[in-house]
Amino acid sequence: MATAREIRRRIRSVKNVAQITRALQLVASSKVRRAQERVEAARPYSDQLRRVLARLASAGDAVDEGGAFGDTDREDADLRLLTPHAEVRSIGILLVTPDRGLAGAISSNTNRRALQQVTELRRAAGSDIPVQFVAVGRRGRDFLTRNRLPLLAEFTNLGDIPSIATIRAIARVVSDAYLTGSVDTWYLVYPRFVSTLTQTPTVIPLLPVQPPADIAAEVAEADIDYIYEPSAAAIYSALLPRYLETTIYQPILESVASFYAAQFVAMKNATDNATDLVSDLTLTYNKARQASITTQILEVVAGAGAS
Amino acid sequence: MAQRDATLRVEVVTATGSTFSGDADEVIAPGGDGQLGILPHHAPLLTTLKIGALHIKRRGTEETLFIGGGFMEVYQDMVTILADDAERADSIDEARAEEARRHAQTLLEQQTSDVDRAALVGEVERALGRIRVAEIHRQRSGRRAPPPTSEI
Repeated sequence: MATAREIRRRIRSVKNVAQITRALQLVASSKVRRAQERVEAARPYSDQLRRVLARLASAGDAVDEGGAFGDTDREDADLRLLTPHAEVRSIGILLVTPDRGLAGAISSNTNRRALQQVTELRRAAGSDIPVQFVAVGRRGRDFLTRNRLPLLAEFTNLGDIPSIATIRAIARVVSDAYLTGSVDTWYLVYPRFVSTLTQTPTVIPLLPVQPPADIAAEVAEADIDYIYEPSAAAIYSALLPRYLETTIYQPILESVASFYAAQFVAMKNATDNATDLVSDLTLTYNKARQASITTQILEVVAGAGAS
Repeated sequence: MAQRDATLRVEVVTATGSTFSGDADEVIAPGGDGQLGILPHHAPLLTTLKIGALHIKRRGTEETLFIGGGFMEVYQDMVTILADDAERADSIDEARAEEARRHAQTLLEQQTSDVDRAALVGEVERALGRIRVAEIHRQRSGRRAPPPTSEI
């Protein structure tokens, strides 16, 4: 059995750890709230953008108006984000993960989901088609480099409030790879924020852009005859890159919220465990102390009897 | 359509949140092809927006916003503006905008790559747009007696 002094030292170290985890837990719980607010604040914009895109798509003729896709000027390039590639010969995965750890299994679950998605896609399109990754967040980047997976670009340390400029850069990498044909289809994998207790790794298709079907039906019903200024094609080509940006922005914001939620839960468990451990150790310490006192008394008594 | 109260419902949203939400009698927006005036009962319209000033008029008062490009949708007296960037004129920090303009301009003079150039030109334009909107706002509020609500 450990001596009383050893136990006392352990109690002190566990208490120190508990202090740190409790601090992290408090910080995380306040940051979850703020991150959630940012997710909410970004929602009206992306909802409206989805609606406008659905209306444009239901108007239908806009793409044809844009002229032949063979042209290589910028406007047509943007329209090409809508058209699926005839054959899928390469896959792109945009992997969104937190930058830091101490948050339970959230990162590894997301990474695993990304690999699972690759397996599924390969089952459909051929087992040997190449995959390209773009990593947003250090945890995903580290995972990909550790497993020697091809990394097209990496964006790390975005912080709690990712700047719009960074989002544009990410969108640019993704759309350029699509337009040059080096990637035929893009998916985004991120830890979706369901609640403070649940974050689910989720896959969303990124490119080709698919007009939101749920709204499209509702819009087609209404059959609105819009005036387009300057033209439907011009609006399309201004809208599609922004649509791609918000489709990337929203999950990144959500992954921040998910990270703090997961960290909060992980740190709460750690603090609770530490508290339990301290009370167990205290019990053991008291027993050890009692035992040593008893032995001492016995020795004194025995010594007294001997003399 | 009901002819009752002919007002427009205006929403200005950006990627980071809502900037303006309220009713209006008239909206003047910096359309891609020039200034656009929107009155109630306007036909459904989808348009791109340039960097410029958005004026929202309501019962003689006027709210001015800086818009950093985007889109506008008009449908059944709902005016939805999806802006890349938006700010109310009275909250524009002119000194900061001027600072940003000068900073971007200096960088621009040293830049050679086309991509960076385009981004910086955009930055300069946005800063200039901000300053211009702030100036318009300052002149107007100087000329008129300040409305009682602007005591903040």
